[in-house]
Amino acid sequence: MDGLDVERIRKDFPVLSRELPGGRPLIYLDSGNSSQKPVQVIEAMRDHLSMHYSNVGRAHHALGAESTEAYENARDKIAAFIGAPSRDEVIFTKNASEAINLVAYAFGNPLNTDERFRLGPGDEIVITEMEHHSNIVPWQFAAQRSGATLRWFGVTDEGRLDLSNLDELVNERTKVVAFAHQSNVLGTVNSISPILARARQVGALVLLDSSQAVPHKPVDVAELGVDFIAFTGHKMVGPSGIGVLWGKAELLDAMPPFLGGGEMIEAVWMDRSTFAPAPHKFEAGTPPIVEAIGLGVAVDYLTDVGMPAIKEWEHQLTGYALQALSEISGLRVIGPRSVVSRGGTVSFTLKTPGGFDIHPHDVGQILDDVFGIAVRVGHHCARPLHLRFGIPATTRASLYLYNTTDEIDALVRGLHHVQKVFG
Amino acid sequence: MIAESMYQELILEHYKHPQGRGLREPYDAEVHHVNPTCGDEITLRVKVESGKVADVSYEGQGCSISQAAASVLHELAAGSTVVDSLAVVDEFTRLMQGRGTVQADEEVLGDAVAFAGVAKFPARVKCALLAWMAYKDAVVRSS
Repeated sequence: MDGLDVERIRKDFPVLSRELPGGRPLIYLDSGNSSQKPVQVIEAMRDHLSMHYSNVGRAHHALGAESTEAYENARDKIAAFIGAPSRDEVIFTKNASEAINLVAYAFGNPLNTDERFRLGPGDEIVITEMEHHSNIVPWQFAAQRSGATLRWFGVTDEGRLDLSNLDELVNERTKVVAFAHQSNVLGTVNSISPILARARQVGALVLLDSSQAVPHKPVDVAELGVDFIAFTGHKMVGPSGIGVLWGKAELLDAMPPFLGGGEMIEAVWMDRSTFAPAPHKFEAGTPPIVEAIGLGVAVDYLTDVGMPAIKEWEHQLTGYALQALSEISGLRVIGPRSVVSRGGTVSFTLKTPGGFDIHPHDVGQILDDVFGIAVRVGHHCARPLHLRFGIPATTRASLYLYNTTDEIDALVRGLHHVQKVFG
Repeated sequence: MIAESMYQELILEHYKHPQGRGLREPYDAEVHHVNPTCGDEITLRVKVESGKVADVSYEGQGCSISQAAASVLHELAAGSTVVDSLAVVDEFTRLMQGRGTVQADEEVLGDAVAFAGVAKFPARVKCALLAWMAYKDAVVRSS
């Protein structure tokens, strides 16, 4: 394998060289849950807190200017990273969940007079069965508030979106289609163009949950052509507490504010207010300043390594993992078994050679306590998807730029051991 | 190698060959308990006849710890008296909530002492207690 110097990259992540109690090395295969942080991000955040910290926007002194500049500079970096036509289209949120809630709140909101966001009985919202709860529950709320109907694409046995009823599902009544750019369980990279084309035909807006895509491959919003994308900092070597909503400027202008408070206003009287333009209209209160700055540095880090190189490395690792896991009898991958249109998230169920189901919580416990292997077990905030496959839970290994084939080999050895314990 | 000590042979044996599994008639009370953090669940019925536990029947899904705990509970409670079985529940609860520092009373607990290692794993204590809490609830409701 070439293209990316993984040993050099691993040195940037201090935690990867630590030992767990009992002298176990750490094998971190849970980046789809949350990624580790490079020293560059940690140091930049420490430096800002140590030497430059004050509030942003409203502090008229030297530190205020430095803090504001660093915060807004992070916005510029993120805008460039995702190819946003304007920096004002990048809104800082707490996480991807807040970003999606912000958009969902604009629909059927009496404060919003724009026809495209009108939502009521007879109107439809379309999502998919493979969504993370963060791209399901906000839309359930919107449907409940407005009387609109929530509908969804099914998922095929292979773990792809079932688009066979696309033209019926997305129709003249559809106001918005929201779906995962890449599944956090199946690893499936969804095909955007057919859904987007149909949404455009019927005049529906399109939101992508890109939480599992932006960290792993080049993403250019202009090229995507959708209306909104949401993603989160902590899955892309940045800190937690900072997420991003990107939206087309003219849509953001048409949307009502989400949270009310400081910094989002233009002028306030006792009985009414006018609002700042985007992005500040959507950033009420003191924002996560240091976290935004940390995310800016995370984006610098990923850009330096190179997003195409990261994508290629993960592609190779994923192929290696799928091959290695397929050799374990009793292991069933939930999701595509080939690397085509697929990312480095591999979820599976495991049986003993005798055909006895081993519960994912037992798999995760032994991998962790015996081998120091961190995976995620459970429904991964995608319960409906697990119900679709008739299973309560899966074990999930999720790969990132700092993972190696040796770590995948260790996972395979660990799984064989788990089978032995339960055999 | 701490987890290995949690997965005692006896626990694995009960997991693979659960005792008294399946919901049976007649019963005085039925309860359904879930552990929302991991999705483990159990439906449990009790039949009490003049102070004696005539039957504990159950159906559930979850990890080895939660399922084996239900099986061991069945063995200990069915055929015992309500008073004795609740004493076992109390001792088991004390052991599970003792963070690994409680010395179990083997006289009272019998096979359930095999779960002692689970107490060191705070995230798994709820798994072990799921069926036992359901049983306590069902007994209260049956009277």
